[in-house]
Amino acid sequence: MAAIYSLYIINKSGGLIFYKDYGSSGRMDTNDSLRVASLWHSMHAISQQLSPTTGCQGIELLEADTFDLHCFQSLTGTKFFVVSEPGTQHMDNLLKVIYELYTDYVLKNPFYEMEMPIRCDLFDINLTQAIQKDRVALLGR
Amino acid sequence: MQFFGGSEISPSPPVPTASGNNAHMIYVFNRNGVCLLYREWNRPLHTLNAQQDHKLMFGLLFSLKSLTAKMDPTNLDKGNLGVPQLPGQGCSFHSFRTNTYKLSFMETPSGIKIILVTHPRTGDLRDSLKYIYNLYVEYVAKNPLYTPGTPIRCDLFDTTLDQYVRSIA
Repeated sequence: MAAIYSLYIINKSGGLIFYKDYGSSGRMDTNDSLRVASLWHSMHAISQQLSPTTGCQGIELLEADTFDLHCFQSLTGTKFFVVSEPGTQHMDNLLKVIYELYTDYVLKNPFYEMEMPIRCDLFDINLTQAIQKDRVALLGR
Repeated sequence: MQFFGGSEISPSPPVPTASGNNAHMIYVFNRNGVCLLYREWNRPLHTLNAQQDHKLMFGLLFSLKSLTAKMDPTNLDKGNLGVPQLPGQGCSFHSFRTNTYKLSFMETPSGIKIILVTHPRTGDLRDSLKYIYNLYVEYVAKNPLYTPGTPIRCDLFDTTLDQYVRSIA
């Protein structure tokens, strides 16, 4: 059983720039993943408006019946979110690691155009390594 | 999605998860999106007027529910995003957390939605929401003077709810 079901990266205007599935059943097609990503972007923004106190930065963790969704928003507004099994630990650390990989292998890639879909082999390779379950467990130490 | 099968009408209140008063507000909606109850205990920030705020909250829950139903990684045939679903159908959610608050959500088989907003570090409030639903059944649904679908005006319910919410959060 996979600990992580899927990973999404959305740019600051809500467009999906990266989506990878790690074995959820009933895989979503491209249109669905784009819709879900932009829906998440809006829900994230609305949750800030409904905050009872100032300084709200949007949803960090959504606990659904069959999965957990952990979201990390970088300072520039790019959002990273992983869908994992309920109760999976250390997802915040994993998201930070993914953000680091993104800055290293995507943003520093001279051929990458900002806010466009990510197509970088090195990013893919390193991401696969980071997501492997045993590595995730190590991050908690 | 599991609905509570227990036949107890009013179980003893669940054990408090923390001490002190850190509940911000509570919303109760019926299945048509009418806000039956809104109470706030500690809400320094109001961004919208009350009616717009209730609409936005209901819209957020509605959309988050269709999002979770579509994202459900354990279900093979989920239908399209935004397909209308009956209460209890499809994958729902029970809470979300931001850096400033935690929102706990429960939907009953009849489509009553109970939303409790608390401090972000509050623990699991699912049992507490069930208990609040029990209060609703006892003090509102069983009240002969209450017309279903109208805002709740029931002193006994209000005081009991206040007391209970202060004890949990």
